[in-house]
Amino acid sequence: MTTYRKPVSNTWWLESKPYFLFVIREFTSLFVAGYCLFLLLFIAKAGDSQEAYATLILSLKSPTSMVFHLISFTFILYHAITWFNLTPKIMVFHLGEERIPNALIAGAVYLSWGVVSLIISWLILGS
Amino acid sequence: MATRRTCLWKRGVKVSETFEMEIFRYYPDKDNEPFIKSYEVPFRDDWVVLDAINYIKDEIDGTLSYRWSCRMGVCGSCGMMVNSVPKLTCSAFLKDYPSRKIRVEPLQGFPVERDLIFDMDDFMNKLTEVKPYLLRKEGEEKPLEEGEYLQSPAELAHYKQYTLCINCMLCYAACPIYALDSNFVGPAAIALAQRYNLDSRDQGRNQRQEVIASHEGIWECTFVGECSVVCPKDVDPAAAIQRAKVSSTLDWFKEKMIPRSKG
Amino acid sequence: MALQYDIVIVGGGGAGLRAAIAIGETNPKLKIALVSKVFPMRSHTVAAEGGAAAVIKDNDSFNDHCLDTIGGGEWMCDQDAVELFVNEAPKELIQMEHWGCPWSRELDGTVAVRPFGGMKIERTWFAADKTGFHLLHTLFQTSLKYNNVIRHDEWFATKILVENGRCQGVTAIEMRSGIMKVIAAKSVIMCTGGAGRVFPFTTNGAIKTGDGMAMAYRAGIPLKDMEFIQYHPTGLPGTGILITEAARGEGGILVNKEGYRYLQDYDLGMPLDIEDPKHPVNKSMELGPRDRLSQAFIKEREKEKTITGPFGDVVHLDIRHLGKKKIDKKLPFVRELTKNYIGIDPVYEPIPVRPVVHYMMGGIDTTIDCRTILPGLFAAGECACVSINGANRLGSNSLTEILVYGARAGNAAAVFANEHSEINLEALEKQGADEYKRITRDFLQKDGGSERIATLRKEIHQVMEQSVGIFRSESGLKEACNKIEELKDRFSSILIEDKSLNFNTELTSALELENMIDVAESIIFSALSRRESRGSHQRTDFLNRDDENFLRHSLAYRTETESRIEYQDVAITKWPPGERVYGKEE
Ligand SMILES: Cc1cc2nc3c(=O)[nH]c(=O)nc-3n(C[C@H](O)[C@H](O)[C@H](O)COP(=O)(O)OP(=O)(O)OC[C@H]3O[C@@H](n4cnc5c(N)ncnc54)[C@H](O)[C@@H]3O)c2cc1C
Ligand code: SF4
Ligand code: FES
Repeated sequence: MTTYRKPVSNTWWLESKPYFLFVIREFTSLFVAGYCLFLLLFIAKAGDSQEAYATLILSLKSPTSMVFHLISFTFILYHAITWFNLTPKIMVFHLGEERIPNALIAGAVYLSWGVVSLIISWLILGS
Repeated sequence: MATRRTCLWKRGVKVSETFEMEIFRYYPDKDNEPFIKSYEVPFRDDWVVLDAINYIKDEIDGTLSYRWSCRMGVCGSCGMMVNSVPKLTCSAFLKDYPSRKIRVEPLQGFPVERDLIFDMDDFMNKLTEVKPYLLRKEGEEKPLEEGEYLQSPAELAHYKQYTLCINCMLCYAACPIYALDSNFVGPAAIALAQRYNLDSRDQGRNQRQEVIASHEGIWECTFVGECSVVCPKDVDPAAAIQRAKVSSTLDWFKEKMIPRSKG
Repeated sequence: MALQYDIVIVGGGGAGLRAAIAIGETNPKLKIALVSKVFPMRSHTVAAEGGAAAVIKDNDSFNDHCLDTIGGGEWMCDQDAVELFVNEAPKELIQMEHWGCPWSRELDGTVAVRPFGGMKIERTWFAADKTGFHLLHTLFQTSLKYNNVIRHDEWFATKILVENGRCQGVTAIEMRSGIMKVIAAKSVIMCTGGAGRVFPFTTNGAIKTGDGMAMAYRAGIPLKDMEFIQYHPTGLPGTGILITEAARGEGGILVNKEGYRYLQDYDLGMPLDIEDPKHPVNKSMELGPRDRLSQAFIKEREKEKTITGPFGDVVHLDIRHLGKKKIDKKLPFVRELTKNYIGIDPVYEPIPVRPVVHYMMGGIDTTIDCRTILPGLFAAGECACVSINGANRLGSNSLTEILVYGARAGNAAAVFANEHSEINLEALEKQGADEYKRITRDFLQKDGGSERIATLRKEIHQVMEQSVGIFRSESGLKEACNKIEELKDRFSSILIEDKSLNFNTELTSALELENMIDVAESIIFSALSRRESRGSHQRTDFLNRDDENFLRHSLAYRTETESRIEYQDVAITKWPPGERVYGKEE
């Protein structure tokens, strides 16, 4: 017997909002990876010499770099937030019969994010 | 699901106006192209979408085919796409579509057999593959005369959520990965495997891993998460899959990192 | 070509699956066909909520479970069948536990039990309030282990095939292709469930059209005790969705429009305050048997004490005093259903309820070994009548029954299949061809026709509600007989618009309608003949129970010319007929 299969269009991810947001989340991971690479290269280069370091710092202040950082920051933020919101699904804990509420787990993740960010800023800015 | 409906009981039923139903039709033996047929039904605010479809079948067009039985959201037969969203039609009320018009299609991602009926064989085979039954190690089965296995309410709570799956297939219809690659074991089957893995009485996780931890199993999932959004029973299959990923990863680490003691 | 098996099981609900597993476990060499018109996990066992009864706790005894069941059934139960059932029950429920059923638990990890209507001791095992759902899915998933169980999902059985005085298979339509096949087997088990759909207002799903009962009836096998139809006292108005008796087992109360617990006026005992730690009292008030509670509702309505609403009169089921926490833990489905379907949250408001057709005590006549009078044909579950339910089933006995007797039917059919090997394939094929001819002639290739399926269905509904509802009378039943004749006649000019083969659900609806008419006929005839009032069969013209003439099972036979009713003695072993006592010392 013949059956009918609806073809999946190439733009399936544009056809519903949740799919679109999901694809954006996946897409932003490129920026996460890209920025990591960038940081690594930056550190490697910066270690070369005093002058190299100074030029790199200067180049960071250029408008192109500013725009690049702003875009990366937004995307990485989006990536982080979407994943943080998903953590309660991955980490399920029970206290006796009661399940620890999702908000509490997500809250804990955000809290640790805040704390880690504070420590890092203190290390960089405070020292 | 949990939204509180206005009290039909006290207000009484409103019957007024009409409601337009655009229904996907497909005859495998007559043509190979499906078509949309439009029907006008009375609008009643106590009606669910399934009631309107039954009205069409009973009063207008006896040739329409679809599945249903319990009309109380528990048998899992009546899943359809309503305005492109997977729904149990016996729990979706007409009054929640204020435009007074909806389109009803078979659940997406499956081969259509006739009108609103899709082919479920693929799921039935996958369900069998994940061994959704309690497995005990050789010789560790308790004889019936010795009574039940003890299980505390807390242990029950660990897996209870995943027992609630009614096999309605809404989660598969919501999953873009399954639509693109039907080899994916899929949300409900994995959730049911997890249901047994997390049951304190079960000892069969290793036997399920082959299918679950395969590429077509949990690792095919990219965590779109829509399966859990559409699930009418709060099973949260997305969570089941991610948790299985965590356990499988831990397995891997344990195997690689911790030197095995030789007995 | 015919399909050949050792055993065919028609029906993939709790009874059918349990039978299949029983054979799978004990006879791995036998090839079993499991034929079901819906995927097994869609069977209506899925809708059962409250629980399954079996003696397990120390304060309980087999004798009490037997006596509760027999008294509940107003002495129409076969006591040997009840004893067997009560003895086997704990083992079956423990077996379900070993297969993974998520029974609710006590703190110490043992299985928890709750009180249920008509039961002296709390002995109803439960999985929150989705017991049937969990039982069915556990059975279905467990059945996947056995590779000698071959499923034919979405195959619609139409006829029992008899050859050489033995049942040798069935014909069934593979719905996907529309092709009719002969499924030949050495023994056949009917597990096709109940027939609540012959009534308009029922807790039963669309598939419960009494197909197996009608097929057996047409094959000359008697239907036993068909007049006994259970109304459940608490259905949601409009849809008929069930609010489980567990709501009352947990302490819910029934009140009329004045807020008065009216059951105290109907010989069901006196109410205790809802705050009293002894409330609810077993076998009293709200925990009385279903027949008496449903009858009390009708009397209350006659007194104009019920509440009028858009879907007919109701009373209130109040569970607010249980509190949100207990409701969410023990009755989550009740809350989900009332919120979704009538917009009422039982944590804050009482639930409107009215009696609703729920269960068929009667069915295919079987012996205690699930045998029918036709050699090779067995039956179990709601489609059968063995009889442990008598004139009124006690809530939570039926889920246990489908397990105990499902397994028993499986084993008996296996023994029979091992003893009988010869099958006359040629003759069966010929019968199959004839059946196919009938279906094409009467439905698929029929021209014209003017009667819509829905119209005839509505008319059956009307006549059933009017004539064989909670109270019945001779004049009403006689009228109903004429109506049924008329409907049979009109059925021959049924209108079938769909002439295609694949998933022709109009054809299957027509076949179901045909079955419903036959089942309705057997109910009406049996009710007309029983000139007494007993359990769920209340005659306004014969108000009393008449043990002398009617402590007997009715057997409805379909013959060439007309139907006839015969009677058969009830098996009484230890418990002589007595008075039904509720709400006071026995
Ligand atoms: C809402 C509700 C709540 C209930 N709650 C309880 C409770 O709490 N406790 C309790 O003990 N009992 C309860 N009951 C009663 C109990 O659930 C049923 O009596 C029992 O489940 C019947 O099981 P079964 O296997 O006989 O039939 P079913 O589960 O109805 O299965 C029938 C099977 O037969 C198949 N079939 C039928 N006709 C055909 C055909 N022509 N061809 C092929 N296959 C066919 C169907 O596909 C299905 O698989 C409840 C019933 C209802 C309706
Ligand atoms: S997981 Fe939810 S959506 Fe998926 S089949 Fe089960 S109940 Fe349906
Ligand atoms: S009809 Fe059973 S889930 Fe909708």
